[in-house]
Amino acid sequence: MSELINVSYDTMIPNNVGLSSDRRVLKALEKWHPGYINWWNDLIPQKFQESLVYLRTAISVDPKGWAKFDYVKMPEYRWGILLAPQVEDRRIPCGEQYGEPAWQEVPGEHRAMLRRLIVIQGDTEPASVEQQRHLGKTAPSLYDMRNLFQVNVEEGRHLWAMVYLLQKYFGADGREEADELLRRSSGSEEAPRMLGAFNEATPDWLSFFMFTYFTDRDGKMQLESLAQSGFDPLSRTCRFMLTEEAHHMFVGETGVGRVIQRTCEAMKEAGIEDPYDIQAVRALGVIDLPTIQKKLNLHYTLSLDLFGSEVSTNAANAFAAGIKGRYQETKIDDDHQLKDATYPVVQLVDGKVVTADLPALSAINMRLRDDYIRDSQGGVNRWNAMIAKIGIPFEMKLPHPGFHRQIGVFGQANITPDGEIVSKEEWDKKRDEWLPSKADGDYIASLMVPVWEPGKFAGWIAPPRVGIDNKPGDFEYVQLHMA
Amino acid sequence: MTALVKQHLIDPEICIRCHTCEEACPIDAITHDDNNVVVDASICDFCMACIAPCPTGSIDNWRIVKTPYSLEEQLSWMELPEQEEFEAGDGAGGGAIEALDDEVAALLAEAHKGAGGAAKAPASAAKPTVNLFTAASPAVATVQGNYRLTGDNADSDVRHIILDLGTTSFPVLEGQSVGIAPPGTDENGRPHRMRLYSVSSPRDGERPNTNNLSLTVKREPHGLASNYVCDLKRGDQVKLTGPFGSTFLMPNDARAAILMICTGTGSAPFRGFTMRRQRAASGETGGMMLVFGARRPDSLPYFGPLKKVPDALLDKHLVFSRVEGTPREYVQDRMRVEKDKIATMLASDTTHVYVCGLKAMEAGVEEAFADIARGAGLDWKAVRDTMRDTGRYHVETY
Repeated sequence: MSELINVSYDTMIPNNVGLSSDRRVLKALEKWHPGYINWWNDLIPQKFQESLVYLRTAISVDPKGWAKFDYVKMPEYRWGILLAPQVEDRRIPCGEQYGEPAWQEVPGEHRAMLRRLIVIQGDTEPASVEQQRHLGKTAPSLYDMRNLFQVNVEEGRHLWAMVYLLQKYFGADGREEADELLRRSSGSEEAPRMLGAFNEATPDWLSFFMFTYFTDRDGKMQLESLAQSGFDPLSRTCRFMLTEEAHHMFVGETGVGRVIQRTCEAMKEAGIEDPYDIQAVRALGVIDLPTIQKKLNLHYTLSLDLFGSEVSTNAANAFAAGIKGRYQETKIDDDHQLKDATYPVVQLVDGKVVTADLPALSAINMRLRDDYIRDSQGGVNRWNAMIAKIGIPFEMKLPHPGFHRQIGVFGQANITPDGEIVSKEEWDKKRDEWLPSKADGDYIASLMVPVWEPGKFAGWIAPPRVGIDNKPGDFEYVQLHMA
Repeated sequence: MTALVKQHLIDPEICIRCHTCEEACPIDAITHDDNNVVVDASICDFCMACIAPCPTGSIDNWRIVKTPYSLEEQLSWMELPEQEEFEAGDGAGGGAIEALDDEVAALLAEAHKGAGGAAKAPASAAKPTVNLFTAASPAVATVQGNYRLTGDNADSDVRHIILDLGTTSFPVLEGQSVGIAPPGTDENGRPHRMRLYSVSSPRDGERPNTNNLSLTVKREPHGLASNYVCDLKRGDQVKLTGPFGSTFLMPNDARAAILMICTGTGSAPFRGFTMRRQRAASGETGGMMLVFGARRPDSLPYFGPLKKVPDALLDKHLVFSRVEGTPREYVQDRMRVEKDKIATMLASDTTHVYVCGLKAMEAGVEEAFADIARGAGLDWKAVRDTMRDTGRYHVETY
């Protein structure tokens, strides 16, 4: 592993930021890199580090350059620093300075806010790798194992991307923050990750798929908003990260879909009509649909908390400052300053959920969450179409946004998945009907046995319809190092 | 000419609506609603910029249609419609659609007849584009170079012609052909008929990521088209139609073994195959074997460059039928010498066989295969039919 410390930065780090001629940043990265490699090596079991994984590596930002597939040992993955091409004469897309030229350097008055946004984004990237560190050992196929590692190395690259911004634009305190990103650790008592959902465990593969579907989708929405930043280097970084984030969405949506598909097919084959006959379904060695719904409820609601409070001054300030836009800001037809606009915001009034029109500027988080919910619904529709096609009477549902929430107006309320407000006792009594119980977790854990023969899949998950990079079904996505 | 067109579609069952393709599209041909991401057939120019970035593979879907599916239709889909069946008169003729116009389809059907049945593309072949450019709206290429491949004293004049496509996207795969019609009209005042030429460069150009292609053309005495092409000078402009052909394609799977048998300009597609694999495959591959016949070394196209291709990549057998002082050797003779190797290949279900050259070579090659198969206790007809039906046996002769 020692040769990895002596990285030739010109060649080892694919970049389009002129790294070789930027001595100061190069030095900072050289100092940071060993800690990163240590972090990576401590995380992933040795036998996987030595295995050859069929990975996609981004070596440039044009479509052909970042979809380059080959066998790679993960520690030798080339963590590039790549920014989407600069848009000529780009303007600040929102806020008080709307229409002025985008910033190429950090605007002094917004420095602290900008740094905080980058740190929060950067903190989530290594966190998810930490959360998923144990999953390789129980991969239901080499295909899935490869997808896990692809997600992991790309989260690693996203950490690099944020570290680059910190080191390039924020001087000494940027370098300090970059070090802190490696010091904090998911689930740690003394130095946990900054956001709640990133300290939760990812105990099994269904959780992993739900996480990549729901939680990485929050990441996508945040990146979409940061891609609308008036600070051009951040915008360009996030735009390129989004191209990779799409793969994570893919792993989640198809992963959950394949679990559901296998369950429905097994039920059909066994002649089980009732999706709630949980014992009979579990006897088939697949995950019953109600339990999948519970997992969905859990990960969806944890992810909703990531959007923060519905009404937020911080979010309003970031928007007004022009450093974080709305989802697809440039496609919205309004003044991009929200001078007089209102937005419907949920509230709890007299024990009822109502909406009130509030100044849109204060409701930036609420709006992004609504966009997220709409985006999340898409995959749920596909899953339901598949369940219907196989012929099982069951529908997956996104629970009410007030269900199982810690943050925002619903944080103190006890709301059912259907949106009914109930007493705490009643809610607690029904908790295990709505969220995975210990027994559910134990059952799923019992299914998590590794299947590492090329082309074979664990019994609780269907094979994918299309291989990665158009590879045939029995392709050896990971050449395991079995020493 | 029929009204069939090829349409680029996205499979809604596989697509995850990440909109990466929409961002990648340089001409905004891709749009979406809450349900689907769709391609506008009136805008898409098949530049393929969206194909590689798609994380799901859902983007790589194509249908031959009489009327393109509208955006509204596509937005309402929960799954892709089946490929509609067209009558032979529609130019499609069932099975793989090699070309959309009757004339080219007939030429290719004739060229592929030697396989003994309907040709199928290899399972792992990239999906080809056909008929993007027609006689009515051809692509215009500029001649980048025209080099004689055969010796000065050789009895044939075979040329390597490089055509630069500038900013036109002309997606072509190794093994596909392009059409060129000599300018002017015949004695009846009709435009000259086009001729098909196999592309001899790999899909990403003569050098990686150059937007050009090469042809390997032999000057035929009194041949109107071949003389036109062989006389082209650097800077000349040429009208191209195509690409054509959707079965004589190489497997993308690097583990597939490839056996190539050719004479003369039949080597064109194999130059493309070899360069493609050299560029794309890393690590262990299934191996490639070439049996290439000519009269003499100086009349064997690419003799010099071929000798430099490493043996590890390509097991080369160059055979000559008119070298003084040595017995005449034809490709079928060398096949028999290498019978053990070939028999092993035939027995493997990852082997892909390609035969390309003059019609006259077909019978000899077929007999050699039959002998080799018999010697190994195999029934050649059965082996061949299985290989063909699984996209692993291809003949293109003219």
